[in-house]
Amino acid sequence: MLIGVEETIQWLKNYNDKLSEQKDYLSQLDRAIGDGDHGINMARGFQQVADSLDDDFDDVSTVLKKTATTVMSKVGGASGPLYGTAFLKMSMACKGKEVDAGVFAEMVEAALGGIKQRGKSEEGEKTMVDVWSPVLDMLREGEFDAERLKKTAEDAMQNTEDMTATKGRASYFKERSQGNLDPGAVSSYYLFAELADVIGKGA
Amino acid sequence: MKKLINDPEQIIDEMLDGIVAGSPDDVRRLEDTTVLVRKDAPVEGKVALISGGGSGHEPAHAGYIGKGMLDGAVSGEVFTSPTPDQVFEAIKATDSGQGVLLVIKNYSGDVMNFDMAAELAESEDIKTAQVIVRDDIAVDDPESRRGVAGTIFVHKIAGAKAEAGASLEDVQQTAQKVIDNTRTMGVALSPCIMPTSGEPGFELADDEIELGIGIHGEAGIEKRKHMTADEIATELLERLLPEMDLADSDEIAVMVNGMGATPEMELNVFNRKVQSLLAEKGVKVYDTTVGNFMTSLEMAGCSLTLLKLDDELKELLDAPSSAPAFKK
Repeated sequence: MLIGVEETIQWLKNYNDKLSEQKDYLSQLDRAIGDGDHGINMARGFQQVADSLDDDFDDVSTVLKKTATTVMSKVGGASGPLYGTAFLKMSMACKGKEVDAGVFAEMVEAALGGIKQRGKSEEGEKTMVDVWSPVLDMLREGEFDAERLKKTAEDAMQNTEDMTATKGRASYFKERSQGNLDPGAVSSYYLFAELADVIGKGA
Repeated sequence: MKKLINDPEQIIDEMLDGIVAGSPDDVRRLEDTTVLVRKDAPVEGKVALISGGGSGHEPAHAGYIGKGMLDGAVSGEVFTSPTPDQVFEAIKATDSGQGVLLVIKNYSGDVMNFDMAAELAESEDIKTAQVIVRDDIAVDDPESRRGVAGTIFVHKIAGAKAEAGASLEDVQQTAQKVIDNTRTMGVALSPCIMPTSGEPGFELADDEIELGIGIHGEAGIEKRKHMTADEIATELLERLLPEMDLADSDEIAVMVNGMGATPEMELNVFNRKVQSLLAEKGVKVYDTTVGNFMTSLEMAGCSLTLLKLDDELKELLDAPSSAPAFKK
């Protein structure tokens, strides 16, 4: 088993702490190429997620489903539907299953598919897809390694700096979007980094 | 920055209560939501029209609720799309069984959240249709164009069509005709200040303006040294007219829209030049509206919208509306 109910809740609570800590940085990134609300929206939404996780949950799938519905109704903007869809798809992909490395790869695959469909986006468009997609590639390679997960997500996030945005509000900035990290890629990196930390500490 | 607010976190909630307090006979708020609807919603036998988006664009969108315009408006946080559950509440509260038209501005957040709301409605057998407003010519690719002040014409004309008893398909078709014939471009003279952060939404030097600005301070076409009202009017019109495909006999509606912090005095100075240029070019103006219709908090600047009319659109534009922000 990779993560159980307890680790999943810890992961999401740590993610909330991270977002709250980096709220201004994320909004600053978003101000450069978007509308400056990414940090505020994510922090507001995930605070509600963290508050909603004190109940009893039967399995990882239920925790993720609760997270999905809270994110969809509390985050707003483009991030709400995108992260909400990602968590919902992850929840569906692990329904009735123990989450081992193989199942986790299936969860990320389902989430990535959901994000692409909802956002009508593909790789290379300077979005959160550019973090989720390399992470999925890495997970498919077999043996799970928390440090590699973190490193892969971090490198992928850094790579968005040189990309030109063609989706979302950043696309209005065209070439001017180059030289800035994509805020959604950064918040996605935090998500995987916090997971890696929770798993790394547990091992 | 001094603002007439209490707690920035409560700004949307308090604004919505204030709007209802100002028009208690016309609008009501759905409990525990950010949705305002016509007091008499759902209106029996009528297709409902819902619009919405981030807040900060007042009087959009709640100001357009009224007989002959919108049945409901959904408010998100400042410049942030409302969530699907809120839009769904608006759909449920306004549907009379004739279906609901969602008027969506072309931003990825708005499109996704309204889409998800439409899926929720479908799961409860409520018929919805949607139109996506994309009138801002500052963006090259027509598919990526943003929805800005032209949205008001969509509310007005599609709202009149629905009021006249048209079917959901017909209301949608008329709304689409308005979208296909509406073009807008804006300019910013100074940025807006975000209430939660207290920071400007974007940077603009004291002697600079930005042409083609979006209504959330998204980048436009280029930054320029400050120009006169006449020069800005000329520049915007020169970019808009080639997009309009006007025949000699065509008539247009003109909307000069303030971005929030520009006095009506200045909007009229701008309008003077717009009208004289249109007259010079032989473009017939059927109707002109000057005021603040789709703002961007306290951004200074304006946008210019042109709508090519036909007989149907003229009649619907002239039809009565009781909406406080667009009385006819």
